[in-house]
Amino acid sequence: MMAKLILRRLVLSLFILLAVSVLVFFATLLLPGDPARAILGQQATPERVAALQEQLNLDEPAIVRYFLWLGGLFTGDFGMSTAFGGPVSELLSDRIVASLVLMVLAAVISIPLGLGFGIFSALHRGKRRDKAVTWVSLTLAALPEFVIGIVLVTLFATTIFPILPAVTMSPPGQQVWMFPSQLILPTITLALVVAPYIARMMRATMIDVLDSGYVEMARLKGVPERQVIMRHAVPHAVGPVAQVIAIQLAWLAGGVVVVEFLFRYPGIGQALIDAVTFRDVQVVQAVSMIVAVVYVVVNLLADIVGIMSNPKLRSAS
Amino acid sequence: MSENTVVDPSGMHREDQAADLKQSASKRTTIVQRVWAQSEGRIGVILTAVIVVLAFLGPLLAPVLTGYSPTAFADRPFQPTGLFGTDDLGRSVASRFLAGGALLVTYSVAATAVGLIVGAAFGMTAAYAGGTVDAVIMRCNDVLLAIPQLVFAMLAIVVLGPQGWVLIMVIGITHAPRIARVSRAATLNVINEDYIRAAEMYAVPRARIIFREIVPNIMGPLSVEAGLRLTYSIGSIASLSFLGLGMQPPTADWGLMINENRIALSIQPWGVILPVVAIAILTIGTNLLADAIARATASTNVEKS
Repeated sequence: MMAKLILRRLVLSLFILLAVSVLVFFATLLLPGDPARAILGQQATPERVAALQEQLNLDEPAIVRYFLWLGGLFTGDFGMSTAFGGPVSELLSDRIVASLVLMVLAAVISIPLGLGFGIFSALHRGKRRDKAVTWVSLTLAALPEFVIGIVLVTLFATTIFPILPAVTMSPPGQQVWMFPSQLILPTITLALVVAPYIARMMRATMIDVLDSGYVEMARLKGVPERQVIMRHAVPHAVGPVAQVIAIQLAWLAGGVVVVEFLFRYPGIGQALIDAVTFRDVQVVQAVSMIVAVVYVVVNLLADIVGIMSNPKLRSAS
Repeated sequence: MSENTVVDPSGMHREDQAADLKQSASKRTTIVQRVWAQSEGRIGVILTAVIVVLAFLGPLLAPVLTGYSPTAFADRPFQPTGLFGTDDLGRSVASRFLAGGALLVTYSVAATAVGLIVGAAFGMTAAYAGGTVDAVIMRCNDVLLAIPQLVFAMLAIVVLGPQGWVLIMVIGITHAPRIARVSRAATLNVINEDYIRAAEMYAVPRARIIFREIVPNIMGPLSVEAGLRLTYSIGSIASLSFLGLGMQPPTADWGLMINENRIALSIQPWGVILPVVAIAILTIGTNLLADAIARATASTNVEKS
């Protein structure tokens, strides 16, 4: 039963990714311009352009090129970048790692923060502390990520307390984590965007759980309050919240774009914006697919956690 | 906790109830009153109204109040001339700030409307038709949901160019799958109610059932979605302008202003701070409003059940 459900989710995810790849490929196919001419420049002879077109399979019909491109995705061959002249995979490999570092750091900070404030808020339901948390989370949840980022930059980098770097400036070839101070502001920005949603969901489910029969039962038995919360209430509340956490983590895949642009962080988001500006089709396709894969995989994991943590399905298997 | 705000009708004496039946029906609070009754709702309405008024009166007042039109050159770049100084090209920050909100607000509202109409239409159709139609619509939904909103918008803007209608359509369409989910769920809740069955029994045309019976009954969840999606529309359109992919120069726009002036954040911060504060107040306002609407409509459901 459980395995079947997970398998269904898996098949559905593959189908979704396939459909996304069709959408991405044929949308970028509509772009004006000839990649071969873009790589070689305006002075190139027609023979050289024709040769490169053949080498890049540009003379094949669109449907054949789609399958060649799709096959390339599986072997890590994302094609040639028209703006940089080299293979896309070479351009993106360091940037993917950099973006993942940022996303993982943001997740590591925001998940405990969100869960903590959610539990705190639920335990003090209706009191002033709860209201304060609710207002702060409502406010933060409303703000676009670049607004939070600029406020942080103004506060901690340029105007009020100039203690942190406002932009990332790692020399080429060096990895981003060699400069931890440059990671602080982008990470906090992403964490502040994500944490409020987790906190609000955690508060709502915790309140439901705290009102439930088994928590009342545990309290009546005389179980210490600390243990009631940590052993009886929190584990039951985490299941539904896992979905929201996953949605937020998936959101990070797209949300890093703006934050990377703001802090000039050398990740895939910055690469996407550059590619969009230079009409670099292959990079746009590659980054869109990478982001979609992260998005779908995280959602799949959330569904699997949801299925696994559902006791009704667990006992049936 | 939301129950506290609802007037409990069961406290009434039985004999009063009969006499007051008509009166009590007329006393039912409207959604506007219930939103206004919450401090969040009041603050949300005020914050939103302040920025909307500023955004629409600003373009008219900009040349009068500051002496410069939004695109006129006032001084050299990043000088403290006038109230808030000059921007990266030497234009008046105050004038550009006053003129920079109208497009953002208009586009956001239009994008939300597109999302609501498309999403609700597909969601209701899926729920009402059921079977294969439902499955096909919801799977297409899943595909659209697998592309992050901003990446989808960038893809569309690369292909179609950064025109206004592209921004509106693309943000609207990225909202549609989420709204479709909500309206589908809401429709499934009402579809088995007796009044729908009664209408079907009388052979009321399907379109009429949808518009006269279903739409009014899913207005609650839809209005919550509308508020929430409006907040995200403002954020997305401002983000795209900030990335240089939304409003194009020389248009005065808050998102674009932040992009243009952020290199001088430490020497002439007004060109960044004013638009950031305006966008922040607007999104906080609409988000508080959405939350207040959610509570207000949730308490109607409590009353009904």
